[in-house]
Amino acid sequence: MIKIKSNIAISDTGFIFNPSNGESFSANPIGIEFFNLIKQGKPQDKIFENMLEKYNTDKNTLEKDYSDFVQTLNQFQLLDQDAEKKA
Amino acid sequence: MEKQRYERPVIKMLESNMPNKFGLRTEYKPKTHIDNVAVKDLINEYSSPLFVISEKTIRSTYKNAKKSFTTRYPKVQFAWSYKTNYLSAICNIFHQEGSWAEVVSGFEYDKAIKNGVDGKKIIFNGPDKNEKDLTKAIKNDSLIHIDHLDELYTIIELSEKLNKKPKVAIRVNMDTGIYPMWDRFGFNYENGQAWDALNKIMRSKKLELVGLHTHIGTFMLSPQAYGTAAFKLADLAIGIQKKYDHEIKYIDMGGGFASKNTLKGSYLPGVDTSPSFDDFAETITSALINSDFKPDKLPLLILETGRALIDDAGYLLGTVISNKRLSDGKRTTIIDVGVNILFTSFWYDHKVTPAQSFTQYTEDTVLYGPLCMNIDVIRENASLPLLNKGDHVVIHHVGAYNMTQWMQFITLRPKVVMIDMDGKTHIIRENENINSITDFEKVPEYLKKFEL
Ligand SMILES: Cc1ncc(COP(=O)(O)O)c(C=O)c1O
Repeated sequence: MIKIKSNIAISDTGFIFNPSNGESFSANPIGIEFFNLIKQGKPQDKIFENMLEKYNTDKNTLEKDYSDFVQTLNQFQLLDQDAEKKA
Repeated sequence: MEKQRYERPVIKMLESNMPNKFGLRTEYKPKTHIDNVAVKDLINEYSSPLFVISEKTIRSTYKNAKKSFTTRYPKVQFAWSYKTNYLSAICNIFHQEGSWAEVVSGFEYDKAIKNGVDGKKIIFNGPDKNEKDLTKAIKNDSLIHIDHLDELYTIIELSEKLNKKPKVAIRVNMDTGIYPMWDRFGFNYENGQAWDALNKIMRSKKLELVGLHTHIGTFMLSPQAYGTAAFKLADLAIGIQKKYDHEIKYIDMGGGFASKNTLKGSYLPGVDTSPSFDDFAETITSALINSDFKPDKLPLLILETGRALIDDAGYLLGTVISNKRLSDGKRTTIIDVGVNILFTSFWYDHKVTPAQSFTQYTEDTVLYGPLCMNIDVIRENASLPLLNKGDHVVIHHVGAYNMTQWMQFITLRPKVVMIDMDGKTHIIRENENINSITDFEKVPEYLKKFEL
């Protein structure tokens, strides 16, 4: 289960701050949606369902972009590694 | 409810606001139309990639350049530099506007004749003119610009054989304060080579010396260098007048004006830094007018401007194939435009704009072409809006040198279409197909069969 670190929040404008190291990030509107859905602990399928209802895209594109997004979160040290190990 | 346009999710680390090596973002608006024709429709009808030429831009750029010179000098003549773009439709637009032809090979010479240019209005430049080419040019009274002494002697011999007085000029190279100095073509001004060649021509009495030519370099950003060059050619012309009582009919300043492209490594975009036609015209014409020519004896001023007249009129349309990441996480986008058809990407950071609407979000991206080769990089660093697979992009200022230096390598060369003055499109060069390549090959009989 992919989990975003609990102390990390995102503003409506997509501003993300990591209090543990002071780094900040910015996300575009779709990035904000992905971020929030992951943060809420929604499973991948539900996230795709949500997005497909709202946006003109397809499952393959979402799958690819989702895994790319998660990889970036990981690279920026925004994911809770322990949660992943426990799962 | 209508669904919203999807965009890739991105998250970027915020750094200090210093401009980075990806440069300042300049592409704020999508390029959805070229001369009111939708990019999407062009790709649907003619496929992707696709070169698109705007006739309107060619004619307006030409008129603009011509005006810069004719408002400052009494006698001006442009000669279209064939090597810059020798698609016949394009040459003929320039010829309709009044341009002569400037060619640098037997092939280009024949193309100009085939396009219907009067031989007297063809300037024949270049180091490689064989006897056959020269014979043709002499018979047609073309203007032969001599590059080296071997050529000079060949022309003298041919003049005797053909019993005709060839019309010649010499190409002069010189120090104009520009590095590198293009001293491999023609005769040097400073060390006396130019005078030596002129003396040989005048003493032979077999040739008619009609002009003096120079071409100081390409993508020149310094108008002042042209002022120096014009001054030195004027000095030679006046010297010939004094020494031989012979009047030079024209001074040909060659090409080389920078276009609006951005050279690799420059910090500011070319649109903001390249001098205008007015800037070049001002220095060239003042140098000639302020020289010792008598006011009523000013020679004709010839210009062989290439890239600055055609770059802006050419676009290359392409399509996104895929978005990927490199091992270090760096974003890369692959498009169907490779360096094989966009040769100028080796020199320029071409402006690339999405052809559909986008948000203000951008990613620092490496833009790759479709070739399975490491050198196939269209932009090493571009700050680009988020592109999806299948999206279209427009590459700007590609009219010069691409449609002549392109290579049939791995993929076939695409169509070139032109949008005319009324917004109608015309194919001016068909795309290649497999036969365009195999028709020229010959397979020996014994190699025709194999079993695997
Ligand atoms: C003799 C001569 N004239 C004109 C040109 C056109 O130059 P440009 O495209 O830089 O204006 C060239 C190009 O190299 C050239 O060699």
